[in-house]
Amino acid sequence: MEELVNLFHGFAVALQPFNIMVMIVGIVLGVVIGVLPGLGGANGVAILLPLTFSMPPTSAIIMLSCIYWGALFGGAITSILFNIPGEPWSVATTFDGYPMAQQGKAGEALTAAFTSSFVGALFAVIMITLVAPLVASFALQFGPAEKFAVYFLAFCSFVGLSKEPPFKTIAAMMIGFALAAVGLDSITGQLRLTFGFTELLNGFDFLIAVIGLFGIGEILLTMEEGLSFRGGNAKINLRVVLQTWKELPAYWVTSMRSCVIGCWMGITPAGATPASFMSYGIAKRVSKHGANFGKGEIEGVVAPETAAHAAGTAALLPMLSLGVPGSPTAAVLLGGLLIWGLQPGPMLFVEQKEFVWGLIASMYLGNIVGLLVVLTCVPVFAAILRVPFSIIAPLILVLCAIGAYSVHSSTFDVMLMLVFGVIGYLLKKCNYPLAPLVLAIVLGDKAEEAFRQSLLGSQGSLGIFFSNTLVSTIMILGLIALFWSVIQQGYTRLRGAVA
Amino acid sequence: MKHTAQTALGAIAAFCAVGISVPASAAWEPVRPVEFIIPAGTGGGADQMARTIQGIVTKHNLMKQPMVVINKSGGAGGEGFLDLKGSSGNPHKIIITLSNLFTTPLATGIPFNWKDLTPVAMLALDEFVLWVNADKPYKTVKDYVDAVKAAPAGSIKMGGTGSKQEDQIITVAVEKATGSKFTYIPYKGGGEVAVQLVGNHVDSTVNNPIEAVAQWRGGKLRPLCVFDAQPMAYDEQIADGKSWKDIPTCKSQGLDMEYLMLRGIFMSPKATKDQVEYYIELFKKVRATPEWQDFMKSGAFNTTFMTGADYAKWVEVEEKRHEVLMKDAGFLAPPGN
Repeated sequence: MEELVNLFHGFAVALQPFNIMVMIVGIVLGVVIGVLPGLGGANGVAILLPLTFSMPPTSAIIMLSCIYWGALFGGAITSILFNIPGEPWSVATTFDGYPMAQQGKAGEALTAAFTSSFVGALFAVIMITLVAPLVASFALQFGPAEKFAVYFLAFCSFVGLSKEPPFKTIAAMMIGFALAAVGLDSITGQLRLTFGFTELLNGFDFLIAVIGLFGIGEILLTMEEGLSFRGGNAKINLRVVLQTWKELPAYWVTSMRSCVIGCWMGITPAGATPASFMSYGIAKRVSKHGANFGKGEIEGVVAPETAAHAAGTAALLPMLSLGVPGSPTAAVLLGGLLIWGLQPGPMLFVEQKEFVWGLIASMYLGNIVGLLVVLTCVPVFAAILRVPFSIIAPLILVLCAIGAYSVHSSTFDVMLMLVFGVIGYLLKKCNYPLAPLVLAIVLGDKAEEAFRQSLLGSQGSLGIFFSNTLVSTIMILGLIALFWSVIQQGYTRLRGAVA
Repeated sequence: MKHTAQTALGAIAAFCAVGISVPASAAWEPVRPVEFIIPAGTGGGADQMARTIQGIVTKHNLMKQPMVVINKSGGAGGEGFLDLKGSSGNPHKIIITLSNLFTTPLATGIPFNWKDLTPVAMLALDEFVLWVNADKPYKTVKDYVDAVKAAPAGSIKMGGTGSKQEDQIITVAVEKATGSKFTYIPYKGGGEVAVQLVGNHVDSTVNNPIEAVAQWRGGKLRPLCVFDAQPMAYDEQIADGKSWKDIPTCKSQGLDMEYLMLRGIFMSPKATKDQVEYYIELFKKVRATPEWQDFMKSGAFNTTFMTGADYAKWVEVEEKRHEVLMKDAGFLAPPGN
């Protein structure tokens, strides 16, 4: 109960006119940052951090966290409209969001994405409000082995998802792993596969690969298909929002499952990107409409968006209570806290009540404000698709180039993006799925690092992945997901034999 | 393009913060926004310090041009150093360094040496403290060393930031001093290392004060000793009625190792005397602000300040020392790499 009293105090803080203004400014800036591929939430928050030094800490963190919510919302927009994920966690949103836009249902897809984001965030905030201390101690149980198990589960829930033969999925995934291995090997501190090119010190950045594979690849495909942009008949009025809302409650099971996956991933902290992939993968497995996933199924938008937002929000909890950021953006926010003289950690909740609960209250309000802002803009976003392809394609190209450049301020990355574009086009023509490749680039090095850290700790014994209940459970879930189709076939055959 | 965006935002930030600028009297002044490069990721110790400086500069309006902070962390910071090395004669680029100024070229063999850059100033030195989980029975260095010696070789896990960098160098030194063998597990950032220790996934760490102080205050971790010649200067109580000053030096406890990490500033090659002078004055002003002093206190930094020849000499001595330490530990890059 004490939490609720604290929360209401927090609302009183967050509802001061100055703080509300700060909230709206933050959300709008965040959406803009989310839309620009490459700029990203972490960069955006870092750039705007000095803006907040002249504010009281509570207003400052409200503004920065609102930029963060805004970026989470904004990432979905370009994914759905142009197949270009603005943020890593919106890659999974493209799988069904973009086909929906091509079918003229961009408005529906955007509404579903924004609403799901809101639901995910709300769920995570409620969880933070009620069970913050409990959850923080759960996060402490995650050592390298547990982290690897989580990544393993993310990969496994993805294998066999595609309509393509499994060997193509695995081939694509292996290319991703190979690309992820380039750069500094964080365990030995040695450079790997850079062949003396200093440009490759940093490895292949995920964002550049994604902008090329999806954005440029898509433009090349569309050009081949005759310069027409399907989706021009998108409805552009606000009624589409209400119509979509009527449909959404039917997916409450998917929503809840995605919320739980998201919160879990956000706290552990694996982050929003694996959360969105895992949630999409599991939804496809379990859903009645699973076969339609990838062809423009609204449930395929709901699942990743809910999970990504729940994870993004939940990621703030380990940051506040343990001082460990659950995402790159949270890491920048953490730096901000220190600059304002607040020391994140177990004592923050005790010593800085007004700040913590003001922030939590602003999570509720910020998300409501965010939802209103982006929903009113749905028709505007959807209308972009009415612009003829010959005008919009060069604009997208420029946007992609800016995005790729801004990741490391390097022109080499722009060339790399074009190369990835051609690779993306070729892979699509040969029916290789891109998603496993992307997943492997994003999580490959993290999974490798966790795996090797675990083995260092266990002095080479694989037993560490089954050394306690938590890690064994996650590993077994992963194995079940991996062999799901085999198990299912076996089960059907067994039933046939019995009958 | 990002620069333009950052510049614009930085300019907005500058205007929002103060409004009108104050004239400075230095002979040279930046005429463009100054890029402040961090050869490490967001959220780490160098990042926090650089962003604090940026905040102070903005808030107190210490520069007419905005200061733009950019992380170039690729290849253990090599990306940032190479970028600066390649910007010869550009006075609008400065870099904050950590020990990877020495360790990265030595461990990876990338073509870079600190002599390629122009030294500006040492801002502070970061301390290293030996930490254990508060639930463990070790109350003193002796308890800890006895336990380490009693355990089978390699079964004690030391967590640290990065591979073949400062944390692992200290670990090797501790191994030598105690005649034992640890398993060193590298993580991405210091905060993560501290939490791994709280969760008992590693047995000890050599975290910087700022990385572990929150967990100490929360009663989760216990400091055993500091790797410095004298105890830290801060006598404000932190936890269990103890202050930073109460932590004994490792040497006094029979663990003969001293290590301090440089937090200093360098600028591009071929900078003129006036340009270096401008930045020295700037950082003197930064150091005089209450925000900087608070920051030093929160991280229990050693506040030694050096410029010019003193600074260059200090860096040279440290480089030699790192060469020896890394050679002994077998961390040098294989020749021809």
